[in-house]
Amino acid sequence: MATLIADPGATHKDAPGRRWTMIWLNRKLIAGGLMIGAIVLLGIIGRLIWDTDLARVASSPLNLPPFWLEGGTLDHPLGTENSGRDMLALIVTGAPATLRVGLIVGLVSISLGILLGFTGGYLGGWPDYVIRILSDTALTIPTLAILIVISSYVREIDVTTMALIVAIFAWAGPTRVIRAQVLTLREQGYVRMARISGLSTFDIMFKEMMPNLLPYLAASFVGSASGGILAAVGLEALGLGPQRIPTLGMTIYYALEGSAILRGMWWWWGAPTLILVIVFIGFFLITIGLDEIANPRLRGGDK
Amino acid sequence: MRSITAGYLVRRIAMFFFTIWLSATIVFIIPHLAPGDPTAAMISRLSAQQGFIEGSEQIIEAWRVRFGLDAPLPVQYLRYMQNIVTLDFGYSLSQFPIEVQAMVAQAIPWTIALLTVATVISFLLGTLVGSLLAWRKTPGLLKVLLPLTLTFTAIPFYILGIVLIYLLAFGLGWFPIAGAYDLGTDPGFTWAFIWSVIEHGTLPALSIVIASMGFWALGMRGMMVTVAGEDYLTLARAKGLHPLRILFRYEIRNAILPQLTSLALSLGSIVGGTVLVEYIFGYPGMGYLLYQGIITSDYTVIQGVVFILIATSAAAVLVIDLLYPLLDPRITYERK
Repeated sequence: MATLIADPGATHKDAPGRRWTMIWLNRKLIAGGLMIGAIVLLGIIGRLIWDTDLARVASSPLNLPPFWLEGGTLDHPLGTENSGRDMLALIVTGAPATLRVGLIVGLVSISLGILLGFTGGYLGGWPDYVIRILSDTALTIPTLAILIVISSYVREIDVTTMALIVAIFAWAGPTRVIRAQVLTLREQGYVRMARISGLSTFDIMFKEMMPNLLPYLAASFVGSASGGILAAVGLEALGLGPQRIPTLGMTIYYALEGSAILRGMWWWWGAPTLILVIVFIGFFLITIGLDEIANPRLRGGDK
Repeated sequence: MRSITAGYLVRRIAMFFFTIWLSATIVFIIPHLAPGDPTAAMISRLSAQQGFIEGSEQIIEAWRVRFGLDAPLPVQYLRYMQNIVTLDFGYSLSQFPIEVQAMVAQAIPWTIALLTVATVISFLLGTLVGSLLAWRKTPGLLKVLLPLTLTFTAIPFYILGIVLIYLLAFGLGWFPIAGAYDLGTDPGFTWAFIWSVIEHGTLPALSIVIASMGFWALGMRGMMVTVAGEDYLTLARAKGLHPLRILFRYEIRNAILPQLTSLALSLGSIVGGTVLVEYIFGYPGMGYLLYQGIITSDYTVIQGVVFILIATSAAAVLVIDLLYPLLDPRITYERK
């Protein structure tokens, strides 16, 4: 649900210039950025100070609680699960993999979105018609269902392949948002001026219009990254993700299979859940912050 | 009524069939693109689970003939489309004599009921929260509390589901942990059964409501802000109308319609989320059926369930899109 559909009424633009730097200092944007940054650091620093081999099966004692509970030990500060994997090691290896999925899905879908959105919005005519019908159709199809069919056939899969498959189905949202913005921008004075003064279509698109779309592009990127992670973790939690390396979703899958909830082993599902919640809320705050930058009327406090 | 034109109706219905055709074709193509032969892969998976299977070569050949996999691809495609039209998905591979159609028929009422109840509640609640967020007369305390509900939007349905099971079902014991009704009660129109269904459905529905409410609130807030500067509001205030009347009859009424477009557009992701919620809660709907299909490598069940999920949400979107111009007289679909 994290994909935000941009407010169709958002046509007001900030005057670029001296307010530019101030605008990006949005509190929600910074808070979200810090949360994602923390997870990135967890992946980098964790790898340096913690032995990631402990994420392998039977590398640790079974079913240990976290260190502050009775029976827990500092050797496995976040506890272990029922096949002897260390929870801290699982998080340290799983979190970067999750973020990588988001990065790939975000990049691929935003590139497709820019290509299709600009083509449709700027050129109009039949390319626009085809693109609009395809993206509206793609949006209404439950993507996860199609992804489940694919993954149920392609069982041997690595993180990058999975991310690419997810990305193929994530272009519709960005395309729609970018197309709508290009449509409103196209009729603005400075774009008309550029057209009259004989700039090439390419220059108009990328030198004149693109900078004004930056907040929308950034919001779309973050939105699809978060949506991509949502889909990927969903697949992993159904046991359809990569099998070779531990992912956060797969840890949840094993926790559910091992009835961790009923056995009271909250740290087993709790640790990956907590990381995912931080990631999703972080991305969410970034999107909201970017939305407020793009559409000043949404900023709090305007009476 | 005037505002729906025959042209719009035809175009919209054509798009509905296009969606269905496209997704059916994708579902058909995927197994053929996947590396290896699906039947052979199925046998090898079965033998990995249950030990060596005698005469697997012959079984593969028999299955290929049985499922028509020996025919040329276009013929297979036509046959498949023919079956799709009659909603015939063949037999379940893991529970052989049972037809996929029958399994789907049993599961789908649960999903539709859960999805409808949860989505309607969350849509209404979220829209209200969003209006209050943008309303200038909202009490200060609410202005502080309401944005917190937005945060939950970021969390996937099923993750919230896990937390709710742990806290309310396992921890406090207020709700049953899994299933859709108490197995001790006989399904039927008895109070005991209905109560048990409500008891079992509360947590899955709650996780969908909490996790999707903020989405509607955000959209509504955006629209309310857009409406806020309109002249008719100034006029309504000048007339001295009651603020609540202005809120409901003037502001919300004008701001709510684009919400329906969002509903149509996000239905796909809501359905996806519900699939996972059912899996977490062991709720016997389409999502759970799909999960069972996955763990037993039951490809006919997977394809049948996925196709029905897609077709149902496409139909729901069609209904919303056709209702929309009836609700909003400002929208006309006539070509200028």
